[in-house]
Amino acid sequence: MDYIIQIIVSFIATACFGIIFNVPIKRVFFCGIVGAMGWIVYYVSIQREIDPVQASFLGAFAVAIAAHVLAKKYKTPMIVFNVSGIIPLVPGGIAYNAMRSAVENDYLVSIQYGFKAFMISGAIAMGLAFAEVLMQLIFKARDSGRSRFQHVRKKHKRLL
Amino acid sequence: MSEVSTNELLMDCLQLVGQIMIESGAEVYRVENTMYHIANSQNIPDIQTYVTSTGILLTVGKTQSTRITPIARRITDLEKVARVNAVSRKLSAKSITLTQAYDELLTIQKTNYFLPIYLQVLAACIASGSFLIMFGGIWQDFFAAFIAGGMGFLTYLIAHDLTRVRFFSEFTASLVVGLLAYLAVHLQLGSELDKIIIGSVMPLVPGLPITIAVRDLMSGHLVSGLAKGAETVLTAFAIGSGIAVVLSF
Repeated sequence: MDYIIQIIVSFIATACFGIIFNVPIKRVFFCGIVGAMGWIVYYVSIQREIDPVQASFLGAFAVAIAAHVLAKKYKTPMIVFNVSGIIPLVPGGIAYNAMRSAVENDYLVSIQYGFKAFMISGAIAMGLAFAEVLMQLIFKARDSGRSRFQHVRKKHKRLL
Repeated sequence: MSEVSTNELLMDCLQLVGQIMIESGAEVYRVENTMYHIANSQNIPDIQTYVTSTGILLTVGKTQSTRITPIARRITDLEKVARVNAVSRKLSAKSITLTQAYDELLTIQKTNYFLPIYLQVLAACIASGSFLIMFGGIWQDFFAAFIAGGMGFLTYLIAHDLTRVRFFSEFTASLVVGLLAYLAVHLQLGSELDKIIIGSVMPLVPGLPITIAVRDLMSGHLVSGLAKGAETVLTAFAIGSGIAVVLSF
């Protein structure tokens, strides 16, 4: 039940973000789907007691993969789909705690939280980049009709 | 049409494409790619571009002069990016001519595709409430986050319209969010101050610059990537200091 509520709520939240970012109105629905996918991957990982850094990586990865597939399908720029999906993964709560500790003159704790937020941002960036590289390889392989590895093997055979 | 005037029209077109896309928040790679596609569709593959998020340099061929487009303001308007992309696709498919494309681009530049403000604010309201639930808040606080998030976003829109200084508008908006959340808890309309603030601040989060910064850095456009990264950090800092002012009292 908890998962269902989370899926619905994250779908609504990211679709609303699509409206704020002025995504073409026909695509707002897909923004919601991408966002809900990313969030549920993150949420399940957190429930399985995976570290937030790894969970953010997985979430961002899922968002980017879904956005890539939709972008290819509807021939629309990819950012239309992935921008609002990334928003729920942004470490707002941790950044807030860092700010709060800093205001309370608790600088050591503040730096701890700040560094955690920094790590999570890095993980999101890595997730986006990895998914992009992976999808490019897949699309390249599909378009040319053979994978990179087959190509390498062929070359190798000739050498032998 | 002679060759020179075709080239001039092509340059006008490319300049407009670059300007609209960068101003609406597209990444550098996509802008350059779109420019090359348009030039290719006119059988002029020999163009050189240098696109950053603050300006565009563009040369067609070897003999013509270089054009420079400075870009001062950047907003998030993905509809324009999608529409320019559609025009470039139509050009590549040769279903419209360059003159028609230029007219379409001019219309895109002039039109305001944003939804009415009350709808945007409503979206911000609903998003804030939903984020409260996603970050583990309780349903009793939904209303407080709904109001605080919407009012914060409205403040951002008004302040940005009046001052055109993004840093200042974000600071004011998060100040309003903090005050409203504090008021809600004080009047016992909400219980968890932290969760309400975190949820309501989300509509102000610079989602587009974060994503674009990563993509620009990864594709080797280091200058634009760092510029976008700086924009993100500044915005985050503005939001944080607005909240910090409220928390320190």
